[in-house]
Amino acid sequence: MTAFRPSVQAQITGWLLLLPALALLAMFTHWPAVATAWHSFFSTPKGSRPAVFVGLENYQLMLEDDVFWQALWNNFWFALGTIPTSIAIAIAMALWVNGRIAGRGFLRMAYFTPTVLPMIAVANIWLFFYTPQYGLLEQITGALGFPSHNWLGDRHTVLGATIVVAIWKEAGFFMIFYLAALQQISPTLGEAAALEGASRWQYFRRVLFPLLMPTTLFVLINALINSVRMVDHIFVMTRGGPDNASALLLYYIYQVGFSFWDSAYAAALTVVVLTILGVTAFVKFRFLDRRTHYQ
Amino acid sequence: MIRRNLLQALAAAVVAAAVPAQAQKPVELNLYYPVAVGGPVTKTIDQMAADFEKENPGIKVKPIYSGTYQESIVKALTAHKSGQPPHLAVLLSTDMFTLIDEDAIVPIDGLAGSAEDKQWLGGFFDSFMLNSRTGGKTWGVPFQRSTIVLYWNKELFKEAGLDPEKGPQSWDEMVEFAKKLTKTDASGNVSQWGIKIPSSGFPYWLFQGLTTPNGAVLMNEAGNETYYDKPEVVEALQYWVDLSAKHKVMPAGVIEWGTTPKDFFEKKAAMIWTTTGNLTNIRTNAGFPFGVAMLPEKKRRGSPTGGGNFYVFKKTSPEEQAAAVKFIKWTTAPQRAAQWSIATGYVAVTPAAWDTPEMKKYVQEVPQATVARDQLEHSVAELSTHENQRVTKALNDGLQAALTGSKPPEQAMKDAQREADRILRAHRR
Repeated sequence: MTAFRPSVQAQITGWLLLLPALALLAMFTHWPAVATAWHSFFSTPKGSRPAVFVGLENYQLMLEDDVFWQALWNNFWFALGTIPTSIAIAIAMALWVNGRIAGRGFLRMAYFTPTVLPMIAVANIWLFFYTPQYGLLEQITGALGFPSHNWLGDRHTVLGATIVVAIWKEAGFFMIFYLAALQQISPTLGEAAALEGASRWQYFRRVLFPLLMPTTLFVLINALINSVRMVDHIFVMTRGGPDNASALLLYYIYQVGFSFWDSAYAAALTVVVLTILGVTAFVKFRFLDRRTHYQ
Repeated sequence: MIRRNLLQALAAAVVAAAVPAQAQKPVELNLYYPVAVGGPVTKTIDQMAADFEKENPGIKVKPIYSGTYQESIVKALTAHKSGQPPHLAVLLSTDMFTLIDEDAIVPIDGLAGSAEDKQWLGGFFDSFMLNSRTGGKTWGVPFQRSTIVLYWNKELFKEAGLDPEKGPQSWDEMVEFAKKLTKTDASGNVSQWGIKIPSSGFPYWLFQGLTTPNGAVLMNEAGNETYYDKPEVVEALQYWVDLSAKHKVMPAGVIEWGTTPKDFFEKKAAMIWTTTGNLTNIRTNAGFPFGVAMLPEKKRRGSPTGGGNFYVFKKTSPEEQAAAVKFIKWTTAPQRAAQWSIATGYVAVTPAAWDTPEMKKYVQEVPQATVARDQLEHSVAELSTHENQRVTKALNDGLQAALTGSKPPEQAMKDAQREADRILRAHRR
């Protein structure tokens, strides 16, 4: 047996070193995704009835499924409501706690606390914030003389109420990334801008914001994923109600999969979510990346 | 070195423990029990398992606390699909059809066929058995069962000039009382509501407390037909909607189930509908005298039952199934059913349990506990069909649509019925 050529050996070593990570990734990420897509073309096995190939039937059902469309729209509004606002708040908070102010450490910690709390606990707290009549929110609006409102029990306000919770939860998390990015920016830029007579807004708009763009891109992707992934509070606060007004896609998938036990249809729904997320991430990386200035 | 000795000692102990046990062939039972967090209930269950093991040395019972009812059935069915189901589990009585459809459970009367067993199965309150039988077979054994009752605040009744010792007896009376109990402050905001009937999460259950008195039945015994759009049902929904829309004695929109008891403690609601399982909670936290009444009547009295049944799972050996039935029989014996009821607030499941000295003493201390029992003779089965959660959701969505004012009651119920028909079509062939 002849010895391998050094380059081949190096390649084998490389693959062997990769193997553990690769195996885990394939087993827990790629294989489930492929299996989900595969199962979405079959019927749900029930008791003695095995799964049979049904082609695109599950996807056809989805077109006629009002709850699915409502959940999709809800999720669209949820994303639109949470992403820009939480990013704007995160930048504002980061700029503030980056400055030299008293109690800076305490402020930073206070902003970050919601991130540390588990979502279930957060939702339970907010459930009582929103309680009509004696909830925290009602106590404030009541003191100001506004009429009482059933925030979670009204179709028109329930989604907004859950959006606020989501923003409260994740803005502090994004703040940390912005804070780190801000501290990478050399103070000489600020001094130069001041010498040129740039206003604070001009400095932010023309210097800081472009330099923060890589962070914004990263946060944007994360916020998008979160807007699909964050459903824990729905379980506690509304269970998708009233009449599906706060049903989000992932919550609906859980319901179809584990309340209705229709795993095939749940698989089809999952494929749709995967596709939407994949396409959006692709678009973002492809187009925003070009406009992003990496230092 | 020390560790190795310890391991050897452990191994020796295990062998020593296994030898006598092997001679008796111990049967080990896994029991899935729905508790989300630890607390007094888990202690009671652990104690029960230990007591049972003492009396039945050949059987070991391992309680596994599996989260909420919803999480428990997810775990039980997933375990069943992987071929390693629990031997027995306490799951919602309404999950019966789902468990049958998944071919996950065995009928109890197939395992308990002797004359004595038949007597045992016949000893439960009939209304609890309505959700435990279908197609002439018994699939579940009532264990922690509940029903809906009306709680009222005696102090607020007195303030409003009502007899504090008498809850509302009829639908009209409930509206009349509620009108007197609703208080509005100077700026026109309601500071105290007359009544709250929660409608989040599972409004269908509370809705049955309205449809049953109105003489409506929501489904057939075979569990493949629903009657959501019958006139009596629409009428019941109209009454519910009118409480807030017309009479202004209940807040508009969906009322959260979880915060309703708190609304009662805070005197924001003078009357509430909730489960008998809340009795202990309300006794502990209400800072005022309160009364418990049966749900008000229209054409008749009536309330649905709720709560959990014991189920025995397939894919287990006959010895294990026999042992599981033995355990269920033991826990539902009168004295233990009484202890369980006193510890938790659930309704004791057999008339015999109510005749035990312990229960009689408890009833003297807490006379409110008997209301649930007396209501049982008017109680009906909780809504349960094939594809249960999907069919139920159709009704829930319709109810919430009507309560939030986005659809008139009749339209909402027609839509719900159409959706239920679509789902159940396959089960009528």
